[in-house]
Amino acid sequence: MKVHSIQSLGTLDGPGVRFVVFAQGCHLRCKCCHNPDTWNMTEAKDFSPEELASRAERYKEYFGNDGGITVSGGEPLLQAREVAELFRLCRFKDINTCLDTSGSVLNEDVKKLLEVTNRVLLDIKYTNDDDYRENVGCSLKPVLEFLDYLDKMSIPTTLRQVIIPTLNDTEENIEKLKAIRDSHRCVDSVELLAFRKMCETKYLSLGIEFPLTNTPEPTKERMEELRNML
Amino acid sequence: MIHENWNGFNGGVWQDEINVRDFIQQNYKEYCGDEAFLSKATERTDNLMAKVQELFRNERAKGGVLDIDTETVSSLTSYAPGYIDKENELIVGMQTDSPLKRGVNPFGGIRMARQACAAYGYKLSDKVEQEFMFRTTHNDGVFRAYTDEMRAARRSHVITGLPDAYGRGRIIGDYRRVALYGVDRLIAAKKADKANMANGNFNQETTRQTEELFQQITFLGFMKEMAAMYGYDISEPAKNAREAIQWTYFAYLASIKEQNGAAMSLGRVSTFFDIYIERDIANGTLTEEGAQELMDDFVIKLRIARHLRTQEYNELFGGDPMWITEAVGGMGEDGRSLVTKNSFRLLNTLYTLGSSPEPNITILWSTALPESFKRFCAKVSVDTDSIQYENDDVMRPIYGDDYAIACCVSAMKIGKQMQFFGARCNLAKLLLIALNGGYDTSSDMHIGPQMSVIEGTSLDFDTVMKRFDKYIEWLMHLYVNTMNVIHYMHDKYAYEKTQMALHDTEVERFMAFGIAGLSVVADSLSAIKHAKVRPIRNTNGYIEGFDTVGDFPKFGNDDDRVDLIAKDMAHKVITELRKTPTYRNAIHTLSVLTITSNVMYGKNTAATPDGRGDGEPFAPGANPMHNREENGALASLNSVAKISYDDCRDGVSNTFSITPETLGTNGEERSKNLVSILDGYFAKKAHHINVNVMNRETLLKAYENPEEYPNLTIRVSGYAVNFNKLSREQQREVISRTFHEAM
Repeated sequence: MKVHSIQSLGTLDGPGVRFVVFAQGCHLRCKCCHNPDTWNMTEAKDFSPEELASRAERYKEYFGNDGGITVSGGEPLLQAREVAELFRLCRFKDINTCLDTSGSVLNEDVKKLLEVTNRVLLDIKYTNDDDYRENVGCSLKPVLEFLDYLDKMSIPTTLRQVIIPTLNDTEENIEKLKAIRDSHRCVDSVELLAFRKMCETKYLSLGIEFPLTNTPEPTKERMEELRNML
Repeated sequence: MIHENWNGFNGGVWQDEINVRDFIQQNYKEYCGDEAFLSKATERTDNLMAKVQELFRNERAKGGVLDIDTETVSSLTSYAPGYIDKENELIVGMQTDSPLKRGVNPFGGIRMARQACAAYGYKLSDKVEQEFMFRTTHNDGVFRAYTDEMRAARRSHVITGLPDAYGRGRIIGDYRRVALYGVDRLIAAKKADKANMANGNFNQETTRQTEELFQQITFLGFMKEMAAMYGYDISEPAKNAREAIQWTYFAYLASIKEQNGAAMSLGRVSTFFDIYIERDIANGTLTEEGAQELMDDFVIKLRIARHLRTQEYNELFGGDPMWITEAVGGMGEDGRSLVTKNSFRLLNTLYTLGSSPEPNITILWSTALPESFKRFCAKVSVDTDSIQYENDDVMRPIYGDDYAIACCVSAMKIGKQMQFFGARCNLAKLLLIALNGGYDTSSDMHIGPQMSVIEGTSLDFDTVMKRFDKYIEWLMHLYVNTMNVIHYMHDKYAYEKTQMALHDTEVERFMAFGIAGLSVVADSLSAIKHAKVRPIRNTNGYIEGFDTVGDFPKFGNDDDRVDLIAKDMAHKVITELRKTPTYRNAIHTLSVLTITSNVMYGKNTAATPDGRGDGEPFAPGANPMHNREENGALASLNSVAKISYDDCRDGVSNTFSITPETLGTNGEERSKNLVSILDGYFAKKAHHINVNVMNRETLLKAYENPEEYPNLTIRVSGYAVNFNKLSREQQREVISRTFHEAM
């Protein structure tokens, strides 16, 4: 499996204390992406699923009741077979599995992966197709189909959205998010994350222009207001 | 035996013999609830604390020392009673006649007392100078017996921080005995022990012990006199909570008046006090608010305890620490936890009085502790950065359930075991001395076995190890011998009469050795093994630097290739130490702990093969070197957890800093995740962890504008300090440490 990096302590990507594997490679080009260094597939370190599972196992004592492994990225769905094997091995070791994804791919390999996934963190990005096309570069439709599939398979899901001033920090967007939540039983929580520009240095060192360099970060107050709407 | 002041307590063997543990086990009430019952500070406490804050401000304004009594030699009864605010203090007693005024204690060495006075613009009085002119101090004794080689080892800093000019400390009197039994009963027991000795053979050991018993009995008498000066008669057992706390505090106070040991730890008193508090509350004579007030006042007294130190000493042990370590929690042998409501009250003082480095609150963590207590501890860590954690599940099988922590990480059964403190040797420097065939470039001294400088354009791992082993063998033999000299003389000239009176007559002794620079050595050996290390030689042919090419596994990434080098190194050192017998047949123990001396050790050590530059600080304790951790916080913890407590029975210290955002999105999440991390770390059989939840930016701001952060507390290495009390150099080192942060 192509891996960008491993973080032995993650507390922000899924419940509890988690071992986080950042998969390398992503086909999306979100304007707000804070990990542009995970886009390119050639920059990766190669790990076998066995190796990653046995690494994760070394941290099992820290996971408590709700922690475990999270595969994030990059886009893990691009390596669905390998991630599925990793998750299968983790479940065998009684380690909870969590997938952090954009949900933009749904093929047979992805369906097999979801069979061994305990929770999905679905990054919904935008709630209407135009914004999605404009800022991600493709259609929202496959993401909603992915969510429908999660609902069908009853996989516990956390909806996530990065709130970006001028792009999606509106009441209208939150209303739509609520509607999506309420129409899918599998969704048990919604997390709004504040857009941050800490990643600018990464863009700089990669020699890529950061598209949102003039976009402000949302205020604490605004985030609170939007969260309260949920 | 019965006593009316014990009415309401369950009986047991504790009534017929000195046995505080049995008293606790028969009487304590475990508390499994949460912190909701706690009271806030009362107006009286707030007013008293405001006066203390004012004193602290004045002390800072005067360069760290408010005042020194240069005329009086510190002892139990040599000062008139002192108060902060006599009418409003619930617990009384002061080291000198005025708060924060420091006494002089020249028993360890007159030179040190003289220098310490001079450092703050005072002059040791002629009266004291004359008194000590014909008196042998501990320091005099040691230097009479030191060999040339011992002096050289000391001067080259390959062994440093030795307690040869100040009190050795790290002894915990069972201060609770005074409250439970009253002093008269303790004197009677010691007299009986002394009488018993008359039946045996008199030899060097027993004669010394008989004299020591005489001294212990005398000082128990002085303790009574000292209390009487404050209007208390402590001959009989305490009859309520206030007296129990007061009697215990008097016993502690007597010890810190007599001794200026580096670490003067408290023991494990909170659950003991809880029994008295519960009895008073049941009798209707005390309220929750009143109980918190008593604990607040007791803790205020501990926060104003001070010893007079030299600048040189502050370099080793920065921040003016006393190590008034109080062990809290832990499990009992019967499966109940030792957590009581008073464990919560003690932690609550960090809210009622604000955060503070002292007392050094140490949670004896077991995965079996009540969840609500774990959660509260984690919350206190997140909020105050003032507490540390040690693994009860690895210590309890060895020390039982009535042990405490001396200094930072040294476990001992209370009143039954003590230790001979031995600072530490510099393992990284030793490696360089070995490569240079017995020459230390930093001090320009020849030391140790003399041989040629190691040859070759790049270093070969097996050749280096073979040579390093020889030098380890040499140094550990010298180290034990040096310690034997020091502790023989300390017993002879500065014996801890008060503290040892609060021990059983037959005690078990540890001799505690230490190593500094473990992660530097592990990474250096890993570089030699896995990369190419080319020595850079000066014109005399000595190696003064290294050109290291290629990557190598680094300690702190959960990589066995280097972690096991560190683990093996600790095992090798303790194994070598055991080959040389100790004074009084003490048990050899080893710690991986540096206090703040990692800065000073680094300063005296040339460049090392791991890429650390000449004079750069070591990582503290058993920490990985700063910013070499590439796989996040848990990988770093796993590396440290591999160092075996069986090899390092005197503790393995790890200081861990993490940003709040990395630990979770809100306070509740952070506490919960910290509990998981602690459970995991200790399930891996790790020994100790200091937890700081803060941003580097906060420290940078405090570094620039200290006056805006007067109470910023940070855990450093087995203890906490007020950030502003560190030297600029120590502050910079703390700022440069790894702050675990999510990407």
